[in-house]
Amino acid sequence: MTAAQPSFKARAEAALADRTLKLAIDRTTGNAERKRAAALAAFPEFEAARARGKAIKDHVIAHLDHYLEMFARNATASGAQVHWAADDAEARAIVTRICLDAKAKIVTRAKSMLGEEIGLPHALADAGIERVETDLAEHIIQLAGEHPSHIIWPAMHRTREQVADLFREGHNPPPEAEDPATMVQSARRVLREKFLGADIGISGANFLVADTGATCTVTNEGNAELTTTPPRIHIVTAGIEKIVPSTAHAMALLRLLVRSATGGELTQYTTFHCGPRRPGDADGPEEMHIVLVDNGRTKMLADEFREMLRCIRCGACMNHCVVYRQIGGHAYGGTYPGPMGSVLTPVLDGLAGSRDLPHACTMNGRCQEVCPVGIPLPTLLRAWRSRGWREGLEPGAVRAGLGLWARLARRPALYRLASRIGVRVLRLFGRGGWIGSLPLAGGWTGYRDLPRPPGRTFMEQYRADQARKEVRK
Amino acid sequence: MSGQPNPRVGLFVTCLVDAIRPQIGFATIQLLEEAGCVVEVPQGQTCCGQPAFNSGDDADAAHLARQTIAAFEGYDQVVLPSGSCAATMVHGYPELLAGDPVWAARARAFAAKTHEITSFLVDVMGFRPDGRRLSASATYHDSCSGLRDLGVAAQPRALLAEIDGLEMRGLEGNDVCCGFGGTFCVKYSSISNAIVTEKAEAIEKTGADLLLAGDLGCLMNMSGKLHRRGAKTRCFHTVEVLAGLADGPAIGEEDRG
Repeated sequence: MTAAQPSFKARAEAALADRTLKLAIDRTTGNAERKRAAALAAFPEFEAARARGKAIKDHVIAHLDHYLEMFARNATASGAQVHWAADDAEARAIVTRICLDAKAKIVTRAKSMLGEEIGLPHALADAGIERVETDLAEHIIQLAGEHPSHIIWPAMHRTREQVADLFREGHNPPPEAEDPATMVQSARRVLREKFLGADIGISGANFLVADTGATCTVTNEGNAELTTTPPRIHIVTAGIEKIVPSTAHAMALLRLLVRSATGGELTQYTTFHCGPRRPGDADGPEEMHIVLVDNGRTKMLADEFREMLRCIRCGACMNHCVVYRQIGGHAYGGTYPGPMGSVLTPVLDGLAGSRDLPHACTMNGRCQEVCPVGIPLPTLLRAWRSRGWREGLEPGAVRAGLGLWARLARRPALYRLASRIGVRVLRLFGRGGWIGSLPLAGGWTGYRDLPRPPGRTFMEQYRADQARKEVRK
Repeated sequence: MSGQPNPRVGLFVTCLVDAIRPQIGFATIQLLEEAGCVVEVPQGQTCCGQPAFNSGDDADAAHLARQTIAAFEGYDQVVLPSGSCAATMVHGYPELLAGDPVWAARARAFAAKTHEITSFLVDVMGFRPDGRRLSASATYHDSCSGLRDLGVAAQPRALLAEIDGLEMRGLEGNDVCCGFGGTFCVKYSSISNAIVTEKAEAIEKTGADLLLAGDLGCLMNMSGKLHRRGAKTRCFHTVEVLAGLADGPAIGEEDRG
């Protein structure tokens, strides 16, 4: 994050003014919400599955070193080369070195948010390597020169009408029509040429299976298989929290992931990649590299954000977030948007530059309600607020205002007096039952009216009533 | 649960009701007494501390938590006309004071007897209003903290169903936040406005005479937006309607008294 980047509020304002963006967000999140609800209605075991998923992740997080070592051992035994990256810079360096050593010219990439997190697209470009995004939505944002705005649908901020424009300019020849089927066909044609000519395929991993050393990808387009199979080298980049003890555990989490993400029961393609091509195999890469990325995760193990390591990146929290649904993903300014992003971005980019994110939340709890692994997102966002307060990151005006209020609230008699005066002063600013404009409260009255308080507080009236009753006795 | 027929109840009025809509406090007292409770309003109360808690100012929030617990822990039950403030006490206080050797246990004991009003009336007192009549249509917004932190959903609907002549209409997105969020609505006012605008549109679409909810913060947000938009929807706290006050001034209507 640089100082030159517009602030969160400026980005949010721009998003709110963009009606096409709102249309795109409503279409995708609305669909996602309906499909998830239908999937859950058809899956009465969801609560039990959620409890199991949470328990699996908690167990793995508590024994992360054990399972990572097991995974590395088994992956190495399968013929893969395992690399450890402490942070994003190390991860980028490892991947680009493999690409440069192999003299790779074209690299295909299957969608991976971890890849975005470590800045892989830029790193490949800087190394002079042609990068081809093979996920349809990633293909769209590559044409547009943008970043993902959602972790499941990276191009969800683009309407199909806008995508038609992008394809008309970016595809040669352009699609013959603008219906989704023809446009998909056009993307398929463009991407197929690249799949077969790529030197290296890079994917992420939805799961790292400790007892087999396999990595698992799930997609609905089959692009991960076409990315990882034909090229000579397959590189996997994955966060260390993706580890699961066994394939059965991966399947248990997959049931939660797919329903929560797209409302499907299972993705169209679920592939376990276990080592490079063995003698006698019909296809597969000659080399397989697995880059295990920490990038702040072991630090989270030891602090109040530990539970965030359960996240399986389904996107349900953002689909159900009232704020995300107004401003979309780009306004958040980090790799990960929405509630989970507002917890993770301060971990990855520092709280000072992302202080707004944990505050730009109404604490309504819907994200936690839909989270398939029960992450207490509002509690974690509040933990960032506490840390920001302790570290003095809050604006002076907020601290001063809250400080004054707290000094009164800590003294009940004084507070009652201040309230009595306060409501009388407040009344002066309105007529009838409403206050339409109030100095220093433009955040409220700029958008809505404020009910005008009656002349006396509850406490005044109640105490007067009690006094009358005493007299009558 | 005490199971006592006539529990001594400490009413926490909430700072918003105290200043903006005292009638909600009196309606709460009326209902509690009708349900058989002996109600007192401890004078040691101010605000539950939620603004500090949600701003990350844990020290002030913990101070207000201890102050509130000390003022109320002598009662059999503690009741609030707000799911949001009640949730702060039920979940926030034990969290804030978890590391305090003396106060952790007091916070847990206090939390165990603290209730949002409609859930207290139904779940603890088994109360059903009797002889109520109101010829109107109404729609109900589920305020988030009450709904998700305390499970307040069926109770207010069960109570409202006892009112003869009151036609309840479904609200699309009834469990979606109205955009209030405490200080959120002024700190991120344009985002809040976008959210409450959608809420107001959904409310207007019901064509209901009344909008009901269980939290004054949300009601101020929604009623203020509805009024700014020129909608005629009259807004009340659930307890006001249950106490037979829906014939009087709604939120934002000039008090004739």
